[in-house]
Amino acid sequence: MLRKTLAVLLVLSLIGVVGWAQQRSLVLLGEMAAQEAAAIEATLDSFEAATGIKVETIWTRDPALLTTRIEAGNPPDIVLLPKPGQMVSLVEDGLLKDLTFMKSQLEADYGQAWLDMGMVSGTLYGFWIAVSNKSMVWYSPAQFAANGYTVPTTWAELIALSDQIVADGKTPWALGIECGGATGWAGTDWIEDIMLRTAGAEFYDQWAAHEVPWTDPKVKRAFEVFGDIVLNEDYVFGGTTGVLTFNFGDSPNDLFTDPPNAYLHHQASFIEGFFTEDFPDLVPGEDYDWFVTPSIDAALGTPAFGGGNIVVTFSDSVEAQALMRYLASAAVQEVWAARVGYISANKNVNMNVYPTDIARGIADSLANASTFRFDASDLMPEAIGAAFWTAIVDYVGGEDLDTVLEMLEAAY
Amino acid sequence: MCRRGFSHWIYVAPALIILAFFLLYPAVHTILLSFTDRSGEAFIGLANYKFVFTNRVMQTALRNNLLWVVVFTSMTVGLGLALAVLLDRVRYERIAKAIIFLPMAISFVGAGVIWKFVYAFRPASVGQIGLLNGIVVAFGGQPIGWLIERPWINNFALIFVGIWIWTGFCMVILSAAYKGIPKSLLESARLDGATEWQVFFRITFPLMKSTVAVAATMMLITVLKIFDIVYVMTNGNFGTEVIANRMYKEMFQFRNFGRASAIAVVLLLAIIPVMFFNLKRFREQEAIR
Repeated sequence: MLRKTLAVLLVLSLIGVVGWAQQRSLVLLGEMAAQEAAAIEATLDSFEAATGIKVETIWTRDPALLTTRIEAGNPPDIVLLPKPGQMVSLVEDGLLKDLTFMKSQLEADYGQAWLDMGMVSGTLYGFWIAVSNKSMVWYSPAQFAANGYTVPTTWAELIALSDQIVADGKTPWALGIECGGATGWAGTDWIEDIMLRTAGAEFYDQWAAHEVPWTDPKVKRAFEVFGDIVLNEDYVFGGTTGVLTFNFGDSPNDLFTDPPNAYLHHQASFIEGFFTEDFPDLVPGEDYDWFVTPSIDAALGTPAFGGGNIVVTFSDSVEAQALMRYLASAAVQEVWAARVGYISANKNVNMNVYPTDIARGIADSLANASTFRFDASDLMPEAIGAAFWTAIVDYVGGEDLDTVLEMLEAAY
Repeated sequence: MCRRGFSHWIYVAPALIILAFFLLYPAVHTILLSFTDRSGEAFIGLANYKFVFTNRVMQTALRNNLLWVVVFTSMTVGLGLALAVLLDRVRYERIAKAIIFLPMAISFVGAGVIWKFVYAFRPASVGQIGLLNGIVVAFGGQPIGWLIERPWINNFALIFVGIWIWTGFCMVILSAAYKGIPKSLLESARLDGATEWQVFFRITFPLMKSTVAVAATMMLITVLKIFDIVYVMTNGNFGTEVIANRMYKEMFQFRNFGRASAIAVVLLLAIIPVMFFNLKRFREQEAIR
């Protein structure tokens, strides 16, 4: 009897061990917004079903999570990094595996500009998903029509429009830069967008690489142009106190209150996913639309700039490579692109899958922009990027601009 | 009997090994790291300490920690003492104490989120969603950015959250001490014609002194390490930075091991005198017994 029991136990434990060994699993960590995360999550089920590989996902806005796991010697298998600067330092630390195994697939799917931004000294380490255009101003065509406002094509017209809205006894801008531990980043997007239009892409590159100091007059000028709007208590809903306390994700909602609290909102393409969740009845093209941030210096035009998530892997296991191939494929990215607020950088993604003309327009603007630059605050070293956020908070909070810029310069 | 050779070490050894491994080793390692660069490899002398005492944000953090130490400690212990003595005289003592102790059960992060709602700001032209600004506007005032207005309003708004959490704790400890005082002592003083103030300052307080000191040192150590409330509510923006939050940023956001360690060492040095005082008093009490 005892022998029989032991035999059964032995068989059971053997099955258990084999079963456990076969349950291959991956950990995927993403630093991204909930809407984008939901889109990715939705396609992982079919990956799990087809391959039998379990994917555990961790979604966070806290960059410390990845650092902690790396320091603990337990990095995730695949990470969706929001900052290419981070990819470079991870490669330098010898932590990332290169993507030579899927090079031909990526070359077929991505334009050269995007491939270049996934390379570290000539070797491919990452590919881009969930990209965004950040040179955008959101507005409501319905409200513009009702009030007789027209879409501005130059910065002077934009300021004239703002003055007109103030003269009508209303507030032009909805602006909020609160974002927990990352408060201030929304303001850095303004500075970058403005600088591309006042100083040009070449200067922008030098500035991002810290080849020119923060105290350069051109940097100061970009802050001042931003200050003309953000520091004008009549221009921004809630004044500077409002700017500092309103969450970036909630602030566009002020365009859609009745009556509207504000009429203009400068924010990246992903924000569409935020306000359409709070106001699901909005009709794209009627209740909301966007225009390119107008040019300031006519000679420099309207360069596009944006961000995105770069997919990198810490593992060279077959399972991880399978998931990397899967995530990069146009077929999967089309599923994501069908969702609101998601733009794909994969050029083989069918434009017809985008749910709205607005998304299509954004995807098109990214593909066709004469000049495209990456969000500089994400290219800078972590500590400088964070100091840049703080500088925005200090500047909006009333700190003297020269002091703010000197502090940034001293942060290196 | 007098074989005082080796054997007692065997009994102490496990404790010593654990202590050395979990306390001594990390402390020494941190001190060594504080003299190195961001990666923790190259020796760079006192540069990190120079940063701690000359960097503008660090100076704000040091100033704010001092503000926290003074206001938080005095208010939690002061209010706790007043409540312990006064509530002893009322019928609804238990309910009142339970309510005041309740915030203790909420985590710092939870409290931070709750109070962020209380302090929420909306412009005067639209409805308020924050309780405090709701009250201000109801009485005809202008809404205030409680977490924005530097340097006093926002820092006190944060410190108040800490006081809200910890006063109940001090109250419970001090109340126990108060109830331990023989009532006959107080009554005989009153019979001899002492006023209530005299009873409190000449009899009650001297008898509670050691417990007050315990509560105060505990609050002091707690507040020196203050992190969660600031991290959740302002993340050190608007001039509300504190030492521990800065240490977290340097370590986990900027991955600068040298600076983070230097900040940790400064914090450690600040706490040592408090602990020393605590130990000394403890020994004195033991001696009396």
